Amino acid sequence: MATHEVTFPITDEQEILKLRAGDEVVVQGHIVGIRDRTQIRIFDQGVEPPMDLRGAFLLHTAPGVRKLGTDADGKGRYEKVCIGTTTSARMVRFTEPLGAQYGVRAICGKGGFPDEAIAPMREQGMVYFAIVGGAAALETTQIEEIEEVMWEELMPECLWRFRVKDFGPLTVGIDAHGNSLYHDVQAAAQEKLKEIYARL
Amino acid sequence: MSIDTATELQHAVEDAAAHLYVWALKDIPQDLRDALKGASERETSVPGRRVLSTILRNVEVADREGNLVCQDTGIAVYTCYVGEHFPLHPARIYEALRDGTARATVEHPLRSNAVHTITRENTGPNIGRRLPIVHWEFVKDWDGLDVKCVPKGSGSENMSFLKMCTPADGVKGIKQFVLESIVGAGGKPCPPGIVGVGIGGSADYAMYLAKEAITRPIGTRNDDPLVAELEDELMGLLNETGVGPMGLGGDVTVLNCHIEHADTHMTLNPVAVNYQCWAARRATAHVAADGTVDFDREA
Repeated sequence: MATHEVTFPITDEQEILKLRAGDEVVVQGHIVGIRDRTQIRIFDQGVEPPMDLRGAFLLHTAPGVRKLGTDADGKGRYEKVCIGTTTSARMVRFTEPLGAQYGVRAICGKGGFPDEAIAPMREQGMVYFAIVGGAAALETTQIEEIEEVMWEELMPECLWRFRVKDFGPLTVGIDAHGNSLYHDVQAAAQEKLKEIYARL
Repeated sequence: MSIDTATELQHAVEDAAAHLYVWALKDIPQDLRDALKGASERETSVPGRRVLSTILRNVEVADREGNLVCQDTGIAVYTCYVGEHFPLHPARIYEALRDGTARATVEHPLRSNAVHTITRENTGPNIGRRLPIVHWEFVKDWDGLDVKCVPKGSGSENMSFLKMCTPADGVKGIKQFVLESIVGAGGKPCPPGIVGVGIGGSADYAMYLAKEAITRPIGTRNDDPLVAELEDELMGLLNETGVGPMGLGGDVTVLNCHIEHADTHMTLNPVAVNYQCWAARRATAHVAADGTVDFDREA
């Protein structure tokens, strides 16, 4: 299992293809916060996101923030209070269109994606990064700044642009080659259950 | 007692609730810290060790920065042990807990999670219809009040399961249901945490007991030796499944398994599972009849 440092948004697809399930990754650059309602608006209500998502790293989050004020153009300015990560599985159906329509390259959350994400991630050249759910105090220190907040009316499920430093460690949960740690762990656990049940 | 005294006592309970909610979110109990450290020493898988060392680092950062351990401020769940001579009626205790929860949310500020269950619109600062949730126990020959605050995150609460096993399914049916529930939940409830199991009673009461079970200090055992034995056995079996920290594979799937039970109908065999994530937050206030409050992280 290798260790990588990747800067987002990425421009070279090879950066994604070199990552293998189980590898450790630390992320630099800019990442985008997104959640249930954000993606429902994009895909179910057909509203174009007001942010370029090509090569993006999406984080499943609903940050705790403090509002500092409003800029002349009406946009709110926010500082971080506590930023952590939510369960990804609820949002798995958006994987394929995020890659195909918007060029997203990485989705990061906790708890993993079910097997239906494996094919779209392979076809679109995307990866799923597992973060440690609940480790928000640490995650908050790795987010240097909230640079932009769009769709503030969905607070806290807005589109957030964060600048990060040494974001991680993340584990590649699903790679772009059809491998999923979640699939492998679940398959082994189901076999183990059969053996346990026989003993009960 | 005079109205003034009752009002003062209500304020004392409100202040205690406001303090408890924030404190529980920031400063996790020692038994949990010890359990997490033990887990990280025991774990052998590479991703599992990575997860557990990150968790330990996170707890240190929360201590140092005075920040929340986890961003999910949850729904505030309180368990109240009310002495029969405590001079404030539970109706007023509830009001105090609700007002304290709201005040803490606004003043800190904490993320507010409460929404109307149909419209999904926010209903206030972590309060709403029947929020916060309070479990009540009444204690005779006592004039005190103990309030335990357990902010319950949604990632783990979403991994709650109920099965009405048959009497013929027996204890084996109970074990199988707990095992299949936790394996099926995978990484979603932020393992390794506390598996709370409620058995017996009725459908609703079994789930209530499962929630009670997750609020106990880690590794405490049911006072019925038969049930305590089942707690040990299930904990061992769950850790054989290999689900591991955050579902990435490993030796430590759960920190512990707690079971609460009630006697039941001869044709019922209910089993409920309620999961508590690794950030198993809880904090207690002991409130005396004169309004003096002692805070206790370990209860």
